[in-house]
This record gives sequence, C-alpha cells and structure tokens, in this order.
Amino acid sequence: MAILETHDLSKRFGRMWAVKKVNLSVEPGEIFGFLGPNGAGKSTTINMLTTLLKPTEGQALIAGHDVVAEPEKVRQNIGLVFQDPSLDETLTARENLYFHALLYGIPAKSREQKITMFLQAMELEHRKNSLVKTFSGGMRRRLEIARGLLHDPRVLFLDEPTLGLDPQTRRLIWKYVIDLRNRLETTIFLTTHYLEEAEHCDRIAIIDRGEIIAMDTPANLKSRLGGDIISMDTADNAAAAAFIENTWGHAVTSQQTGLSFKVANGEQFIPVLVKSLNIPIKTISVRKPTLEDVFVSLTGRNIRDEVMDEKEGMRLRVRARRTR
Amino acid sequence: MLVRELKGIYVIWLRELIKFWREKIRILTSLVQPAVWLFIMGKGIGSSFAASLTVDYVQFMFPGVIGMTVLFTSIFSAVSIIWDRQFGFLKEVMVAPVSRTSIVIGKALSGSTTAMIQGTMILLFAPLVKVHVTLVILLQSMFVMFLISFTLSSAGILVAARMESFHSFQLLMNFIVMPMFFLSGAIFPISRLPLWMRSLAVINPLRYGVDALKGVIIQLNENSIMLDLSVIMVLALVLVSLAVYVFKKEG
Ligand SMILES: Nc1ncnc2c1ncn2[C@@H]1O[C@H](COP(=O)(O)OP(=O)(O)OP(=O)(O)O)[C@@H](O)[C@H]1O
Ligand SMILES: [Mg+2]
Repeated sequence: MAILETHDLSKRFGRMWAVKKVNLSVEPGEIFGFLGPNGAGKSTTINMLTTLLKPTEGQALIAGHDVVAEPEKVRQNIGLVFQDPSLDETLTARENLYFHALLYGIPAKSREQKITMFLQAMELEHRKNSLVKTFSGGMRRRLEIARGLLHDPRVLFLDEPTLGLDPQTRRLIWKYVIDLRNRLETTIFLTTHYLEEAEHCDRIAIIDRGEIIAMDTPANLKSRLGGDIISMDTADNAAAAAFIENTWGHAVTSQQTGLSFKVANGEQFIPVLVKSLNIPIKTISVRKPTLEDVFVSLTGRNIRDEVMDEKEGMRLRVRARRTR
Repeated sequence: MLVRELKGIYVIWLRELIKFWREKIRILTSLVQPAVWLFIMGKGIGSSFAASLTVDYVQFMFPGVIGMTVLFTSIFSAVSIIWDRQFGFLKEVMVAPVSRTSIVIGKALSGSTTAMIQGTMILLFAPLVKVHVTLVILLQSMFVMFLISFTLSSAGILVAARMESFHSFQLLMNFIVMPMFFLSGAIFPISRLPLWMRSLAVINPLRYGVDALKGVIIQLNENSIMLDLSVIMVLALVLVSLAVYVFKKEG
C-alpha cells in the first residue's frame, strides 16, 4: 500500500492555480524526487502534504490519514526540512533538538541518546552547546536535517535540502539519506535543483506550472529521450552543422561552446563522422542523456538558468549574512 | 491524548521561559521604564494634581505601574509570534503533532508567567513608595497579575496571528496598547473622567486588572474585586478561544 497518495490535489492562490490536479503514489522506502523550475508548485505541494496549507481541491493521504481530516495523525508520521531556515537561533543546537524531542513526545529514556546520535551523524557534536546564531549555513542545514529525523518519521520531506551547500556537505547529507532508507525504510520525498542529485532518486516527478508533466525512474526518463548526445567543436561550426544536417538529417543545436546533436549510437557514429567531415575537428565527445536533457526537452527550459533568480539569490545572501 | 496536549503546552511554555531567562539584561532594563513613571512622573504629577486623593499620588500610581508592566510584557511576549514567523521557527511548531489549541495556550501561559514575574519585581519596590505588602497581598497580586496577563496575552496572540510585519505592530502599540494604558485607571481615576472616556474604559480589560490590583495592594478599588476578576476571566476565555480559532484557520 502506498504511504503517500494524492488524488487531483490542487491549490489556487487568487486566480492562479499553483498546483493543478496532482496525482502521486509513493511506496514505503522510496526516494521520490520532485523537480521543477522556480515557482512550479513544489513547496506548495509539500505544504499541503504536511498540513501547513489546506488544498483548494483534491485529497492527500499520508500513512492512510487524510491531511485535512486528521492533520495531527499526519504530523506524527512526518518529518520536515523546510526550504527556508526554521531553527530557533537564540537556542543552542542541542536545545533545538531537545525541544523537538519534547514536541514529538520522544520518551525521556532515549532522548539524550538520540540527540547525541544525530548530532554525531551530522558532524555537529563538537558544537552542540553553541547558539545556532553562530552557525554557518551548512551547519544550520545539517542541524535541521538532524531535527527532521529525530523522531523517526515514516515519511521525510526535504524541500531543497542541499541548496547553497558545498559539495562535501551535500555528499554527507545524501549518504545519510540513502543509509536511512536502507536501514529504516524511511520514505523520502524531496525537491532539488541539482539534477545530479536527482539521479539518487528511485523515481522522479517533473512539475511545471503546477502540473506533473513526467513521472518515472531516472533511467527510464533518460532512455525515453533515446540515443546519445554528441558535442563537438570545429574550425567552422556553421559549415559543419549544415553538413551534418544535410548528410544525416540530425537536428544540430549551436551553442557558444560548439555543436551538439542526438544520434542513435554515438560510439559507432563518431568514426563515420570523422571520416566524411572535411572540416578540422577541435574536440568531440559523446555522452548519454542526463536528466538535464530530459528537463530541457520537456519544459523547453534549463533548470540551472533559473536557480539564481531574485528570490533564490536573496535566500543565499540571507544565509550568508547570518553566517557571519 | 490529554497528557500529550499538556506536554505540548509545557514545551511551548518552557521555550519562552528559557528565552526570557536568557535575556537577563532585558529583564533589568524593563524595570527602568516603570521606575521612571513611578519616581519622576509620579512625583511630578502628584505635586500638581493629586491633593484630592486619599492616598499619596505615588502610592495611587503604584498598582497602575504594575499593570503597565504586565501589559507591556504580555504584548511583547505575544507578538514574539511575529518574530517566530519571520525566522521560520513557527513552522516547526505548526507541523509538530501538537494541536493549535495547545500552541495558543502554551504561548498565553508563557506570556502570563513572564508578565507575572516582571510585575512581581515591581511590587518589590513597595517599601520605596511606603506601601505595605504582606505575604497574602503578594500572593493575591501575583494571582491577579497572572489572570490579567493571560487575557492580554490572548488578545496579543489573536492580533499577532494575522500579522506579517513589525510595521503593523507599531500601529497596534499606538492605537490599542497606549490608549488601553491611559484608560485603565493607572494614572488617573476612571470615575472622574468624562462620560465618553468612561464608556471606552468599560471595554478595556486592563481597566479591571488595574482596579483589582488597586483593591489588593492599596485597598482603593472602584468596582468590587469579584466583579473585576469575573470580567477578566470571561474575557480570557473569549479571547483565547478566538485566538485558537484564528490559528486553526491559518492552516
Ligand atoms: N502564499 C502564497 N500566496 C500567493 N501565491 C503563492 C503563495 N505561495 C506560493 N505562491 C505562488 O505559487 C506558485 C508556486 O510556488 P512554490 O513556492 O510552490 O514554488 P516552488 O516550486 O517551490 O519554487 P522554488 O523552486 O522557487 O522553491 C508561485 O507562482 C508562487 O508565487
Ligand atoms: Mg520551493
């Protein structure tokens, strides 16, 4: 039985539908990725699933409980790491976890031991008695993740858990998330802008303008595109593009860095191309399609282009400022 | 179930108290304003206007200044919800398995506790203004302070639940809190005010609190203390229910 289920889940703000008829079904122990450009409706969906926002229409069930009818039952089963900071900065790291433990009714016997365990897992043990005010952005994020996990939730929601973090911290977080799923069968529902990270997910839903436009495993999504992508740079890119289009009929995209196009089998195509093309080739490479390519082909947009929009930029600045 | 809710209330309360205790400087500086009122305004106004009172004006004002402290502490405590919202911590509380009712009650109780502590600290100035405070009077006053600030905190939460910014907080202070203070009988007796001001005072919760404090501390109440306390308790119930209602609607 699915642990997370939605039926035509929708949310309207004023006249705009931020989320439109979303249908999801996530199995226990699944790592489920929710991808989409800024403003696609990811956070709005998470807010509805976590009882912070009432759906305009449709239904959502977590562990069999309706988010509107039984919000407190739902809340007992979930852990949440928000997109925006949500720690009490005037308390210490340990105190933040301690209050969380009390709020979730973790028995006094195991409380301290759990707090220590999660502080260690997130490599914060040595700073447990420092005020959160004095923490860096990455440390805060790790503390929030420790807090979200403290009460052994059955479903963990992570809204952009790694945004603005350094690669090392991102790796630590991912290692832990995967380990958690393997050990405790925790279901993980996450949004991210880093498509390399989305590769870790068992399944991905791509959402654009409030609607789900694709949902499958990363491998299937990529293979749906078909073939390999060849990128090359030549002495005369315009002539090379014309030649390739005329000879084989492949649609060639020109970018500043060179040309790229899709063929059925890249490794076999390159020798043929090299033999017949009279224009000197500077570089050439073949690669399998990435989720980035999937994203572009589905939305016509590049997810990375939009990362540093105003809102995101501000968020990072806020974190940076608080770090000092 | 009930135990769980009680625990929820306790946690919300405990957090506020720890934060309160941590800011010892603020506790001390918050004593400055009442002291100024008492010893500068009190002496100043007293020498020019209060010849007709049966007690010394500074003594007349003493319970009122306690009422003022309770008022400001309660309101500040309640609007810390706005801080919690801006810094995001409110969300952590809102997704916890604790009912909205417990959140509001815990918050109101923490406001009452801190306000009572601050009010009691002012009460300890009593010998300086030659007011005699027995242990019974001390306990009775603390009880009254607790009740008033529960009411005031609930009112503050009700307003803060919808507030996004500190700009609106300024408006609240200027248009509600300050008039509430001036029409509470803290600095002049209500019975000598023009009719329209007296009618406004009737709906002012602080007016009953200050009157009850006056009754307990200097035996100079205008209503019966029983009436004062009943009005405060009814208001507390109404306001806390409204605050819970607004919080539930939020999500
Ligand atoms: N409280 C609100 N009131 C009005 N509109 C809102 C509100 N919250 C979100 N929206 C709008 O709903 C849409 C979806 O927002 P949402 O935050 O869910 O996007 P997102 O996919 O999480 O984006 P991001 O990647 O930037 O976090 C946006 O157009 C946003 O402006
Ligand atoms: Mg978002």
